[in-house]
Formats: sequence, C-alpha cells, structure tokens
Amino acid sequence: MIISVASGKGGTGKTTIATSLAALLGSRAQLLDCDVEEPNCHILMKPTLQTFESIGVPVPIVDRDACTLCGKCGEVCRFSAIVVIGDQILTFPEMCHGCGGCMVLCPEKAIGEGSRELGVRETGFAGPVEFVHGRLRIGEAMSPPLIRAVKEKINPEKIAILDAPPGASCPVINTVTGSDFIILVTEPTPFGLHDLQIAVEAISPLTIPLGVILNRSDVGDTEVEKFCAAKGIPLLAKIPHNRRIAEGYAQGNLLVTSAPEYIRLLLQVFKQVRELTTIGEMDLKEQPS
Amino acid sequence: MKELVIISGKGGTGKTSITASFAFLAKDKVLADCDVDAADLHILVHPRILHEEEFRGGVKAVIDSDKCVQCGSCRELCRFGAISAEFEVTPLSCEGCGVCFHVCPEQAVSIEEGLNGRWFISETRFGPMVHAALFPGEENSGKLVALVRNQAKVLARQQDKPLILVDGAPGVGCPVISSVTGADHVVIVTEPTLSGLHDMDRAMQLVKGFRISISVIVNKWDINAELSRQIEELAANRGARVLGRIPYDAQVIKALVQRRCVVENGPSPAATGIREIWQRLVDDLSLELRQ
Repeated sequence: MIISVASGKGGTGKTTIATSLAALLGSRAQLLDCDVEEPNCHILMKPTLQTFESIGVPVPIVDRDACTLCGKCGEVCRFSAIVVIGDQILTFPEMCHGCGGCMVLCPEKAIGEGSRELGVRETGFAGPVEFVHGRLRIGEAMSPPLIRAVKEKINPEKIAILDAPPGASCPVINTVTGSDFIILVTEPTPFGLHDLQIAVEAISPLTIPLGVILNRSDVGDTEVEKFCAAKGIPLLAKIPHNRRIAEGYAQGNLLVTSAPEYIRLLLQVFKQVRELTTIGEMDLKEQPS
Repeated sequence: MKELVIISGKGGTGKTSITASFAFLAKDKVLADCDVDAADLHILVHPRILHEEEFRGGVKAVIDSDKCVQCGSCRELCRFGAISAEFEVTPLSCEGCGVCFHVCPEQAVSIEEGLNGRWFISETRFGPMVHAALFPGEENSGKLVALVRNQAKVLARQQDKPLILVDGAPGVGCPVISSVTGADHVVIVTEPTLSGLHDMDRAMQLVKGFRISISVIVNKWDINAELSRQIEELAANRGARVLGRIPYDAQVIKALVQRRCVVENGPSPAATGIREIWQRLVDDLSLELRQ
C-alpha cells in the first residue's frame, strides 16, 4: 500500500500530515521523503540513519585512444552533453541526462560509463517507523532520478507514506506514480485553490484515487470546498488553524504530539483511504509507540 | 537595470505575497513570475494578457504500432522505463533522449515535439508582467523560467525600466537554478521553523555558489522568536544581509482572499514590516548602483 501526500502549493502542511500518519501507524509504516530538494521529514521524525549511499546519473567517459572523432555521439545527444569539435571530443557531464545513447551508439564502443553525483539516499528508523529520504546535491538541477532511487526502497510489506515535493510538474509526477492513493493537502486561499486545481489536473491522467485534507481550514474562504464538491473529490479532513500546531511544527514536533486531539481525525483519514481504495485491508488501529 | 529574484527554499513562507507587495511599492519595474510549476502571482496582480505564445521545451518518442515488430531493443535500452510491455511510450516517463529512435531496426519510432506550456506578456495595475504556465505534470520548467526571464529583460530594456522583480520557485532544483543564475540580487523569504531554517540554508548555499549577493527576510517571525534569531545569525554568518522581520498577521490572508496585496489594504503590522524592508532593499540596491 502506497499513499502519497502532495499539495501543489508549498507550505500547506504536507510534511506535517505525512509524518503524523507515519507515526500513527508505527511499525507498519515506512516514511519516504521524496521532496529531495528540501527534505524536511527528518526534522520532525528525527530518525537514526543507518545507510548512506551516493546516487549518481551515468555520464560518458571517452576512451580517447579508441575514439575516431566520427561525431556520432554529438549528433545523437539531445542534451548537448557531448560534442566533437575539430580534433577534440568534449563532454559536459552537468548537461547529461544519463540516457546512455552515446555509449550505445558509438560505433567504436569508445564511450564508457562514469557517474555524476545527484545526491544521497539515506535510510534508517524513526522509532518503529522505517525511514528513507534523498538529499539533492546543492547545485544539481535534476531531481527525478534521485526521487526514483528513494522509491526503489519502498517496502511492499509496509504502508509506504510518500512525502511529495510541492508543485505539479515532473518531480511530483515521479513521486506519486505507482501510488494507491494520493492525499492532497491544501489551504482555503486563492493560492491553495489554484495550486490544488493544477495538482489535480497533473495527477488525474494517472487515475489514482485521491482526497483532500484542508489545513488551516478556518482562515480563508470556502472556494476549495466548493471545488472539491464540484469535482467529486472527497474532503478527508479539515484541520483548523491552531497556534499550538504551528509552534510545535516550528520546533520540529509532530502534529500528533503537539495537538493529540487530532489523532482521531487522522485515523479517520486512514479509514476513508481504505474505503476509497480497492487495495486489501489495512489494520488501522492505533499502534502503541 | 537590476534583476531582483525572490525565492524561499521552503514553500509557503510568503514569497508571492511579499513579491506582490514589493510590486505595489516599487515605482518602475517589470514583473516576472518564474514559479512556472505553480504560478500564483497573477492571482494578486490580475494581469490583462496582451501577448501569448506556446512553449515547446521538449520532445517525446512515439512508436508506430504498425511498424513495430516488438523486438524489444528500445525497451532494453530505455533508461527511463518509458516503454511499456505493449510497446507504447509513457509520455510522463519519456525523457526525450531519442535512444529508442536510434536503435529501432524498423524505424518505428518518431520523435515529436510537445506543447509543454504557454507564456504571456501582460499589463497589470503595477506595470508590465511576463508570466507562464507550464502544463500540469510537464517537465523542462528550467527552460521556461529562462524564457520568462529573457522576455522580462527585453521588456525592461524596451521600456527603460530600472528593475525586474522576479517571483521564484520553492526548492533548490531545476527551476530555482534557472531563476537565480545571473541575477543581481536574491532575496530569500523564510519562516522561523526548523524546516524554514534548514531550507533557507540550502537555498543560500545554492545562491552563494553563483556568487550572487543575498538578503534574508524572516516572515511570521513571532511564531518562534528564538528561531528567528537563529535564522538571522546563520544568515549573517553566511554573509547575507538580514533585511528584517514581518510579524504573523491575519491581514495577509484577508488581503489574499480579496486577491489584493497586504500593503494595498491600509496599515497593518505585516504591511509596516514589508514597507520597512522594501525601503532597506531600495537603499541597498541603489548603494550598489553608486559603487
């Protein structure tokens, strides 16, 4: 069972929801932070990290003795990462998308595989919760391969909770693809509504069931609720603005710790997710931690 | 001409609300919304579109099922898992690298240019604006950001505007790198949470890598005064200018719901904070101009 928590707009409470859902499930949960540009789950979960792996993208390394400067590699590379100029072959690893085209298509088999570091993948445990996240190397533009590397660690025995990056473009799609359910967290403002709309539009081709959690539900207007009703999107929960939650989050405390009165509401969310997915039964009784 | 880019690292810190307020306060400028993934600035500034163009940033492979003999070469070599068991290309996975096109023995694969979004030149009550909408789920946001910034520069030159105000994207990846590369100054808007601190630090490292000067604004500072102090200390230690603090103020959301920016709505604690910060920023930038 894979549940993605996404949002469209940033700062609506994705991480707050994802971490609290994982904490409630305890040892049955695995939390994977796929917001590799700005991962924050570790701040709230405080995991003990046990494995550290560098994740790279394959880049060309040219055997200059074997290269005949035919220029085929430069013709096939769509990312301007390799080119023959005069009697020189140049590579630009930072432009490379790692498709391997130059390696496969070089008639002399003169191009081997090196690696450019995209970032690191770390795994461990936060109490009973299995934890995985990726951290994009500062200056690296390409996050999707690192997101996919984080997702390779999905444990099919667990309920995997994926914290997605904000927005509605390729990093979000890479995160939520393959999920059984998507929770979209938003806030009742024109920004929250607009970004929810584009997030829904972006993920609807994936035909994954989804629901909305309205955070700080009492601060803005009613347009998000109207949108959900019109689109038939289930509203899973409404969490009112609460200074205690905000202050707890500031210091890195989980929602279920700083405002335990919301535990029941979040367990209800699980119940609805179970009803809205056709995937097998989940045992959603609260786990003693 | 100065290009000022506002980013945040963490999403939802108030970047767009503050950018819109700066747009109200700045006399003569071009606005550019470079958060093309989830552009929101238009919600506050109500652009009237004068000019619209398509954005074609990437290509996708298409397999002709009549020619395909299902030999499997393309599937074997595609590093993005974009070719299904039925030998159809999954557009959302396809990177547009063209490896399948080159290796197909039957010439069954073609490379087709996709329409990834639109971009606009508009008029707003705060002056001209360049903005864009990447189609939901699309890639190549970095290219679209570069296009928006270039168009804003062309417009600023044509109309002799001394300032370009750029609303950037959250994060530190592709669209952010594209937003800040070559800018004159970057403002990072953060909030006093451990996440805000962590994400500001990463954004700051990114911008420092480009050797661009940085200022920091702490929004909603009174959520946690101690963390606000720590953020300012870290920013100063990293050589950034601490521009000031804006208090948490329900007037910001009230203005947002009215689709206005908070400084337009008369005096409020947040509006006062933003005005003071803007004055400091103007002084800083003109100081740089004099040097």
